[in-house]
Amino acid sequence: MDINNHRALLLTLLAGCMVRGAGVAYANKAAPSVPTPSVRPAHVNLPAGKHVPFFAQRNANPTVSNQPNARPSPVSVPAFSLDTTPVSNADFLRFVTQTPAWRRSATPRIFAESTYLSHWDSDVALGAIDGTTPVSHVSWFAADAYCRAQGGRLPTTLQWEYAAYDAGRNRAALQKRILEWYGQPNTDADRKLQAVGLRPSNGYGLQDMVGLVWEWTEDFGSTMLGSEPRSSGTKEEAQFCGAGSLGALDPGDYATFMRYSFRTSLHGNFTTANLGFRCAHKVTP
Amino acid sequence: MKLLLTLPALWLAACTIRPEITPSDNNAPATALPASVTRTDLANKAEVAVGTENAPLTDAPFVPPPITRKTATKVVVHLEVKEVQGRLADGVEYTFWTFGGKVPGKFIRVREGDDVEFHLDSHPNNKMPHNIDLHAVTGQGGGAGASMTAPGHSSTFSFKAINAGLYVYHCATAPVAMHVANGMYGLILVEPKDGYPKVDHEYYVMQSDFYTTGHYGQPGLQPFNMEKAISENADYVVFNGSVGALTGPGALTAKAGETVRLFFGVGGPNLTSSFHLIGEIFDHVQAEGNTNTTMENVQTTMVPAGGAAIVDFRVNVPGTYILVDHSLTRAFNKGALGMLKVTGTEDKVVYSGKTDDAVYSPEGGSVRNNPEPAPLQTPAANKAERIARGATVYGNCVACHQATGLGIPNAFPPLAKSDYLNADKIRGIKAITGGMQGKLVVNGTEFNGVMPALSLSDEEVANVLTYVLNSWGNSGGEVTPADVKANRIVPVH
Repeated sequence: MDINNHRALLLTLLAGCMVRGAGVAYANKAAPSVPTPSVRPAHVNLPAGKHVPFFAQRNANPTVSNQPNARPSPVSVPAFSLDTTPVSNADFLRFVTQTPAWRRSATPRIFAESTYLSHWDSDVALGAIDGTTPVSHVSWFAADAYCRAQGGRLPTTLQWEYAAYDAGRNRAALQKRILEWYGQPNTDADRKLQAVGLRPSNGYGLQDMVGLVWEWTEDFGSTMLGSEPRSSGTKEEAQFCGAGSLGALDPGDYATFMRYSFRTSLHGNFTTANLGFRCAHKVTP
Repeated sequence: MKLLLTLPALWLAACTIRPEITPSDNNAPATALPASVTRTDLANKAEVAVGTENAPLTDAPFVPPPITRKTATKVVVHLEVKEVQGRLADGVEYTFWTFGGKVPGKFIRVREGDDVEFHLDSHPNNKMPHNIDLHAVTGQGGGAGASMTAPGHSSTFSFKAINAGLYVYHCATAPVAMHVANGMYGLILVEPKDGYPKVDHEYYVMQSDFYTTGHYGQPGLQPFNMEKAISENADYVVFNGSVGALTGPGALTAKAGETVRLFFGVGGPNLTSSFHLIGEIFDHVQAEGNTNTTMENVQTTMVPAGGAAIVDFRVNVPGTYILVDHSLTRAFNKGALGMLKVTGTEDKVVYSGKTDDAVYSPEGGSVRNNPEPAPLQTPAANKAERIARGATVYGNCVACHQATGLGIPNAFPPLAKSDYLNADKIRGIKAITGGMQGKLVVNGTEFNGVMPALSLSDEEVANVLTYVLNSWGNSGGEVTPADVKANRIVPVH
C-alpha cells in the first residue's frame, strides 16, 4: 500500500471510534475484487417512499417542543435494492472460503468475538449445520465485509425498517407474528433455525424480515434507546440518543420497540445465535 | 506498516471490546478492590466494606439465611437471564423470561452498606435483549443504564446498598411492560444493620399478572397478548409464577405456635395486590418494605405493583391458611391463591371449630317469614273443625299471649275477654296479617308494644281467630277465609 492510501486508512480508523463502522478499512483491505453479479443472491428493488422513523422528532422546530401531538415528519427513503432473504450459512461459507482473513480462526477478536461462527464445525466446514438456514454468530464487521464484497453494504436502520414496515400492509398480522416470534423459546437455536425463503413474501417481495433472525443494520448504534429507555432525553436529542420510550412514535408498538432495544444491546464485534443480516445495494437497473 | 495499522486498531478496540466470560468465571469471587468511600458514606458515616463474598441466591419460596455479620462487605452477585418454556397452569404453557430460570427471579439478600458487584449474564440461547433495574440501587435506571445485555453476553456494574428495605427488581428493556409481563422480576432484601427479629420460618412470595391470547385455562403454549396487557385485563393473577405454585407439594409449611415471616412483593406489571391470609392476622406489617414503621394487627395489606411488604405472624392453631389477593375474582378465577399448611395440636380456646350443629326453627319475638308454605289440607268443614285446627295454629301466638290467653302484664295484651278484639273481629285479621305497634288500650290497660305480622294463610288466620273468639269467655262467632282475604293487610308471601 502506498503512503496516501495508508494515511486515509488511519484517518478512517480514528474517525471510526465515533461510529462503529471502523472495520470498513480492514474489510476493504481484505476484500477480493467485486464478484460477478451471478454470485449475488436474489434481491428486489424497493421503490422510493417515505417512512416515519420510530424515534421521530415530533415537529421540526425544536423550540416549539410543547406540541406533543404535532405529526412527526416522514423521512424520504430513496429507492434501493435489498436481498430477498437473510444471508445463508452456505452463502457465508462461500465468502470465507474466498476470503481467508474472515475465517473463524483468523479474524481478530476486536472484529468478531470468540463465538464468531462457533456453530460451524471448522473454518470452512458447516458440519451438521444446514446450509440453507440463515447465518448467525456473525459480527457487524463480518457482515459488513460480506456485503462490501458483494459490492453493496448493510442496509441502514431506516432502509431496513422501511422494508419491514411494508407500506403498512397487513400491519396487525405482521405485528402479531413478530410478538409470537419473541414469545417462542429458543433452545439450541442454531439447529432449530428454519431455512431462508420458506415463508411468504411481503408486498415488496421480501421474505423473513421477521420471524427468523434479528438482522444487523449499518447504523445500528445511531438511534440508540440508551440502555435506560425510560429516561426521556430532550426532544432535540431524539435523533441521536433515542429519546427513550417517551420519544417513540407509537408506545403501543412493542414489536418495534424490541428491535430497537436489541440493537442497543449490541457492539460491533458481538455475535449471537439469532443475529444475521442481509445486504442492500443501489437499485439495479 | 502493519504496526501502524495495528496500533490505532488496538486503540479503537478499547472502545468496543468486551471481555469474554467463560462459565468457570461465574462462581469465582471477584478480586478484592479497595473499599470505596463515597460522599454519601462521609455524610452518613457509613461503614467501610470489609472482605468479599458471593451472594447465595435462592428460588422462591425459599430465602437465603439471615445475615449474621456485623460489617458491610463486598458482595458479588451473578444473576443469569434465561428464556424458558414452562407451566403457567395445568395444560397451559408459557415462554417465561426469567432471572435465574424461574419466576419470580432469585432472592438476593445483602446488608445495608454492602458494596454489590452485579453481573447480569444472558444465556446464549436467549433471543431477546435484557437489562435490570433493582429498586435498591441509587443511580441511573437502578442499574438499567449499565446492564443492557445481548444474548450470550454479560454486563457488570457496582452499587452501594445505601438504603435498607425490601425492594423489587425487574427488567427495564423497552417495551418494559412486556418484559415484566413475561416474568422478569424478583426481590432484593437489604437488611438493616441490626437485621430483623428472629422467626421460625421466612418465605418469599411474589404476585404477578399474566396476559395471554387465550382465555384463562385455555390449553397449549399461550403467547403474550399486548392488547390485554395495555388494557390491564389480566387472564392470570398468580403467586410465584404459576397457578397453584403454592398449593399441594408447593405449599408453605409451619407448626402451630411458630412464627412466620413473608417477604411479599408484587412484580405486576400492572395490578396492585390486596394481600390477605385467610384465617390469620398479620401481627406486624412493614408496609412497602419500609424499615421504621411497623403496623400491628393488619388483616389485608395493600402492596403496589413494583412494591413489597414484610409481614410476620404467629400461627397459633393448626389448619390450612390461604394466601389470597382479596380482590376476590383474582383469587378464585385467576389463580391468586396459595397455601400455608400448619400442623400441630389444636387450641380450642383460640379456635374451637364447629361445636354444634342443630336444627334452627325461628320462634317468637321477631318478624319471621316461614319459608315453608303451609301444609295443604282441605279447608275446615265447619266451625268446630275450625276451632280445633285453630288451637294448633295458636302455637304461633302462645309465646306472647300465653296458653291462657291472658298475655303478660305491661308487655302483651290479653286475648281473653278482650274488649278490643271482641268489638270487631276484623281487628284480629288486621293484627295478625299486618302486625301492630304503638299505644293500645285493652280492658282499660295501656299497652305499647310491637306485634309482628305473621305469614299465615287465609285458612290459618280464620282458624286461629275462630279459636280465640270461642275461648276464654270471648264473644264467639266465626271468622272465615273469605273474611280474612277481604281484610288482610299483607298478602301471603
